[in-house]
Amino acid sequence: MTRHIRHAGVFCALLLVALLLNAARVQVVQAPAYDGNPANRRPEIFRYGQPRGDILVGGRPVTGSKDTREHLRYERTYTDGPLYAPVTGFASQLYGTTLLEKAEDGILSGTDPMLAPFPLWNDFTRARSRGGDVVTTLDPAAQRAAYQGLAGRKGAVAALEPSTGRILALVSAPSYDPRPLSGNGAAAARAWRRLNADRDRPMLNRAVRQTYPPGSTFKVVTAAAALDSGVVRDLDEPTDSPDPYTLPGTRARLTNASRGCRDASLREAFILSCNTVFAKLGVEVGVPDMTATAHAFGFDNPALRVPFPVARSTFGTSLDRAQLALSSIGQYNTRATPLQMAMVAAAVANGGQVREPYLVERTTRPGGSTLAAAGPRAVRQAMYPSTAVRLRALMREVVEDGTGYRAAIRGAKVGGKTGTAQHGLGNSGTPYAWFVSWAQGDRDPAPRVAVAVVVEDAEADRGDISGGGDAAPIARAVMKAVLTSR
Amino acid sequence: MSKAGIIAVTADPPAPAVRPLPRRRGIELALIILAVLLSVYGYCAVGLAQHNTLPPGAAGYGAGLGVLALLAHLAVRLRAPHADPLLLPIGVLLNGLGLVLIYRLDLETPGDRAAPAQLIWSTLGVALFMLVVLLLRDHRVLQRYTYVCVVAALVLLTLPILFPAVNGARIWIRIAGFSIQPGEFTKVLLAVFFAAYLAANRNALAYTGRRIWKLQLPTGRVLGPIVTVWLVSVGVLVLERDLGTSLLFFGLFVVLLYVATGRTGWIAVGLLLAALGAVAVGRLEPHVHSRIATWLHPFASIEAGEGPNQIAQSLFAFAEGGVLGTGLGLGHSILIGFAVKSDFILATAGEELGLAGLSAIFLLYGLLVERGYRTGLALREPFGRLLAVGLASLVALQVFVIAGGVTGLIPLTGMAMPFLAQGGSSVVTNWAIVALLVRVSDSARRQYDGPGPR
Repeated sequence: MTRHIRHAGVFCALLLVALLLNAARVQVVQAPAYDGNPANRRPEIFRYGQPRGDILVGGRPVTGSKDTREHLRYERTYTDGPLYAPVTGFASQLYGTTLLEKAEDGILSGTDPMLAPFPLWNDFTRARSRGGDVVTTLDPAAQRAAYQGLAGRKGAVAALEPSTGRILALVSAPSYDPRPLSGNGAAAARAWRRLNADRDRPMLNRAVRQTYPPGSTFKVVTAAAALDSGVVRDLDEPTDSPDPYTLPGTRARLTNASRGCRDASLREAFILSCNTVFAKLGVEVGVPDMTATAHAFGFDNPALRVPFPVARSTFGTSLDRAQLALSSIGQYNTRATPLQMAMVAAAVANGGQVREPYLVERTTRPGGSTLAAAGPRAVRQAMYPSTAVRLRALMREVVEDGTGYRAAIRGAKVGGKTGTAQHGLGNSGTPYAWFVSWAQGDRDPAPRVAVAVVVEDAEADRGDISGGGDAAPIARAVMKAVLTSR
Repeated sequence: MSKAGIIAVTADPPAPAVRPLPRRRGIELALIILAVLLSVYGYCAVGLAQHNTLPPGAAGYGAGLGVLALLAHLAVRLRAPHADPLLLPIGVLLNGLGLVLIYRLDLETPGDRAAPAQLIWSTLGVALFMLVVLLLRDHRVLQRYTYVCVVAALVLLTLPILFPAVNGARIWIRIAGFSIQPGEFTKVLLAVFFAAYLAANRNALAYTGRRIWKLQLPTGRVLGPIVTVWLVSVGVLVLERDLGTSLLFFGLFVVLLYVATGRTGWIAVGLLLAALGAVAVGRLEPHVHSRIATWLHPFASIEAGEGPNQIAQSLFAFAEGGVLGTGLGLGHSILIGFAVKSDFILATAGEELGLAGLSAIFLLYGLLVERGYRTGLALREPFGRLLAVGLASLVALQVFVIAGGVTGLIPLTGMAMPFLAQGGSSVVTNWAIVALLVRVSDSARRQYDGPGPR
């Protein structure tokens, strides 16, 4: 009997060994695969188990976290949801993150290894750092001015500090409140469906994710190319251009909305916004130089991030002369985001230098100490400094004597360019009203703000009036807000 | 198998004939204090992790557990002074740890607190332990009640059929707000019955019957009664849909039969019966089929877009624990949902204590089983030997079936983890098992004269 008891004992020992080996299999060998299983909710629970770091505008957080006491404990809140939605994006427990919430997720959620007190510390202790904060470059007054200026009309505003590339305002309208998307309940799903079904597409960030034909505002680029390449040497020299202008190689005739464009000088053509003159100048500059200038301004750069990606603005490269003529007046395949057009205005204001735009001033640890600061950004010379000086003069004249008069600010030098871009099949759509500008207070050493405004459904007849009428007052409000805020 | 046994902790010196082993009651007391302190430490760790403060009842909890353990210890000192000194501390530690884990899970389910009831049941269990140790002066008395045991077992098994099903299984009876699972008590009764019956008839079972090839088959005469009992109990269990328990009974039956007779033929018969039973049950019971499918493909429901099932959630919990665990109170095993405090309690231990803690728990059970087997080896009379081996095997099989089930080693069959899991009847039964082992080991060590006859 003793022998059989021992046998049974060995059997029990085998069972124990099997349990131990299997436990090691599950907890050590298979553990990484199980941890990474998409149905395992633990990563989510950890992610939402602590308050998310905040996004700061003007020193004040525009986000918050609400303790729901649910499984996914903390939900994102927003103090001024629609105002800052084109910057913050949303942080949803169901639908992920977008824009800054996405680009800076590592800092905000606390997973960024930089947040750990020592390298590999968190891996060892299984601790998780508290989320850090993201300090933006936005000027709250400018942001609010832009938002109120659009007043819900479809459109967008982008404003930059020309000397640095700091983004001062980034507004898209109509906007939305990201707060209802934060949770994981049926309400969040409803809000998601409603926002996606909305025909005005409120979740589309028109300032950076949508490109528009820039229309006449692109004439700033064409003028820069003409001056840099030597096609035009004197602003007041007649350009020998006909009106109407027959597109080279075709019988299509290009006309103007205003009179006095025949044989106008560059100065006159810029102020009157003569399509014929700029189409001809573009053709005379030629594809290589036009393309080079457009690229120097930032067109056709697919990798621009602010830190979230910006849609690529385009200036076609394989163009025939007729297409080049149309492209040079901001039509055909020329398309730009509002941010790109703000960069064009900023380059003029900044002596021809394009500073890459950025939105994050610095990221901080939970205590407020700086984790990373925005370093020096890439600089490109888009035109000679002398060309920039001449273009500044032309743009100021547009505001002082021309179509951009509504952007004028007392006590400041303001330069601008209006634009109206036709679009749609046979130009049947309501034209887009554009205005790009920069402003320099009388006591400022250099221009302090460059703005681009686009209003999609401008109530206007053809012509540059709409750019000046709808978009310029918004640009003025934004510039004024920047100039008066210290 | 060497003399070291399964897990040798205390090496028994080969003693001269009929001289009792040292009593070692002081060691038992020290280990009990250690077990209580470990439990209180776990309780405090949960509170600190969840609320950053010591839980309010820590002192009371520790005192309660301590008093219970000390009373049990006094009972052992008084009436079973030679008993194995490891049995009681292991029971105290496992029970205390179970209370900590249940208390920890209660924090996640504020509407459904199970720890207070579990504490009451533990008290009842310890009371039963003391009753058995104090009143049952010699385990051989139980031999007189062989048939009382089997009748009581069958009555207890049949009783829940008269009560409504709970969660698909008819294994509970409700009296005055308390749910009792009679099947749990049946385990001890059947172990006593099997031990007594086999001790009386083992010669007849072993040495008669036909021989087919190398298998010595038993005769129908002795085979009859015991197979009948087994069939009835398994039949009732299938009707009640409690497959874990029927698996346990079957395993106990085969082990004891083998130990009593030494005939591999019994194992062949047993495996044949098991195969027939498995096929029949698989045919008749669709949920058994689904259990096997879940075991083979634990993530099939995820791939089908239906979300993780309990096994998948349990595996996720174990995986999260890794080697060292998340720490008590810091895991999320509550995601398992239903039965997280009972059948799946081990997942909480695995997640929060890690492979290290889980292995320690397995080794504690292993130690308990080993002490049972050691007792069986030390005794000379067959009933005591079979009883000790049977009770120890009961613990071993039960741990294997449920632990293997929740870790994906074998198909899951619902069963309580001894001492750890929520469930009053189970705790009381396990204390009865420990009490009987204490009683048997007392006589074994008192008259120790080396390992028993071969």
